[in-house]
Amino acid sequence: MDINLVLLILMMISTLWTVMCRSLIKATIGLAVTSAILTAIMFRLNSALAAVFELSVCTGLITVVFVSTISLTKPLTHKEIEELSKARHKRFGYLPIVIALAAAAIYFLKIPNDFSDSSSMAIRSQGIPEDVCIVLWNFRKLDLFAQIMLIIAGSLGVATLFEERKIDEW
Amino acid sequence: MPSLLILIPLFGIILLNLPIRKISMRMAFWFAVFVFFAQILIAIFHYPVFWAQDARFIHFFHVGLAVDYLGVIMLLCIGIVSLASLLVGRYTIFDEKERFRFINLLMIAGIGMNGVVMVRDIFSMYVFLEVMAVATFVLIAFNKDIESLEGSFKYIVLSAVATVLMLTAIALFLFISAGTTFSAIRDGLAQYGKSRVIIFAVGLFICGIFIKGGFVPFHGWLPDAYTSAPSSISVLLAGIVAKVAGVYTLLRLVASVFGFDGRVKTVLLIIGALSVIIGALAALRQKNMKRMLAYSSISQMGYIVLGLGAGSGLGIVGAIFHIFNHAIFKSLLFVNAAAVERQVGTNNMNKMGGISSRMPVTGVTSLIGMLSTCGLPPFAGFWSKLIIVVALWQSADYVYAAIAVLASVITLAYFLSMQRRVFFGELAKGMDDLKEANFGISLSAIVLAFITTGVGILFPAVFTKLILPAKDIFIR
Repeated sequence: MDINLVLLILMMISTLWTVMCRSLIKATIGLAVTSAILTAIMFRLNSALAAVFELSVCTGLITVVFVSTISLTKPLTHKEIEELSKARHKRFGYLPIVIALAAAAIYFLKIPNDFSDSSSMAIRSQGIPEDVCIVLWNFRKLDLFAQIMLIIAGSLGVATLFEERKIDEW
Repeated sequence: MPSLLILIPLFGIILLNLPIRKISMRMAFWFAVFVFFAQILIAIFHYPVFWAQDARFIHFFHVGLAVDYLGVIMLLCIGIVSLASLLVGRYTIFDEKERFRFINLLMIAGIGMNGVVMVRDIFSMYVFLEVMAVATFVLIAFNKDIESLEGSFKYIVLSAVATVLMLTAIALFLFISAGTTFSAIRDGLAQYGKSRVIIFAVGLFICGIFIKGGFVPFHGWLPDAYTSAPSSISVLLAGIVAKVAGVYTLLRLVASVFGFDGRVKTVLLIIGALSVIIGALAALRQKNMKRMLAYSSISQMGYIVLGLGAGSGLGIVGAIFHIFNHAIFKSLLFVNAAAVERQVGTNNMNKMGGISSRMPVTGVTSLIGMLSTCGLPPFAGFWSKLIIVVALWQSADYVYAAIAVLASVITLAYFLSMQRRVFFGELAKGMDDLKEANFGISLSAIVLAFITTGVGILFPAVFTKLILPAKDIFIR
């Protein structure tokens, strides 16, 4: 089986899990996994720059922010979890069927799904090297330093604003 | 070598946060003092070696920054105001751990501001604006009470709106330019500047800047943020953050990238006049000292935009000079507010009275700050306001010149009201044991008062050597 197809199927499964999962923490992990698989797909499509940003921002920073926020919320009771679970399945139960039908349609109707050539051409046409290290270091080095500072500022923010509350709550 | 102004604090912060907390906590304050003080010295003495780009030993970290006269003035303001904020923070944040985090966040905000001032790329400018904004969100919410969280949340929401506007504009600029550097966008605008989409993009970006700067009618976040933040943060916010995020970016982009024409002039004059008048009128009605100063900031920032709106070299010079002066005297007034809040325990001006007799340093320095804000000679504020009014008159914007003069009278009215309620008259009940604020706060106030008086008295020298060369940033 083509590796791209495997990645797409895995991404669909993790996306479904993210949407349908009743636990917010598990949903956040599902989102991070989805982003990680999307990163792999972007690498395979020669969009290395987009892949790195997807990995650092969506898989890393956003997951940290979500987990920090969720850790401050009040845990649900068993009864509430059951009610929520039922409502969620009722609301999103049709999603796997829709996705399975869409996949079948793509497979049987032979819709083209390999865009690797056109994407790499777009990058070459702008005269930017494809090596992500070269791109980041030679073209956007300053933004990288700023990214590091944003992560430090975010971490200090979480440590400063959430610490006291955490002690009180737990 | 300007990159050292970003790299040294960055690596310093990383080292300070290594797991050697006890030593780090002691070192953090002095490291921050070193960073800001070195920045002030470098800016004052204009070391050519430092500003040269090709220093070999840091070639590895060469990141294409540049500093001109406007940049030097901004870096000087950032250094002075950050140092004042640091000193106030040291004596008003008592928990050692909290203070350590405050110092780290202050340095990150400083790095963000330095970055905004030194970059020559519109996307990098946006990224550094975000660095500054994220550090500021946390600093505003530092007290973790309902008011500070609300103030921070308002700032986050409006800042996010500004971010979307700016990013959309940058995306639209990419249709006409080969990259995101200032020169590339300027070239693109020279060729396709009459396109409606591009005019729309310029409008979006300027709207984003107006929100970040807190100009009327985009000022919703500013009074709450300034009032609810801890005093040391209010000094930073009012003194320099809004100026870098709003005024400097506006000045740099309008004067050097977007260019200046009739439409831009009209927008700037209207926004400037609205900010001057509405800020001053709103300040008249306040009973909270910090809130009054916040509205006063909006009004004074309006003067800077009016100067820019005059569209002449003299107007630009006046605007730049008022940025410097306002950074100093507004920081001074917020340091005074910090001293009063710490000693009296409230910001409600109706509950105070006669404080000057018990806090003479705060009383005298606040009087100097007030006189400079109102534009009275010989203080620094007088000269910059005079230049702005003359520039407006010369460009035949007589109504706006009249508005600028009239608003000065309103400024005098609300500051006299503040002085009467807080510092003069009979000592309020229960304040017999009131004492002067501690050494750090008093020292900050004295130094800032000294600067605003000194710049006013030595106006010809300061103006010729530091301010006047900055007019060259202007393109038509």
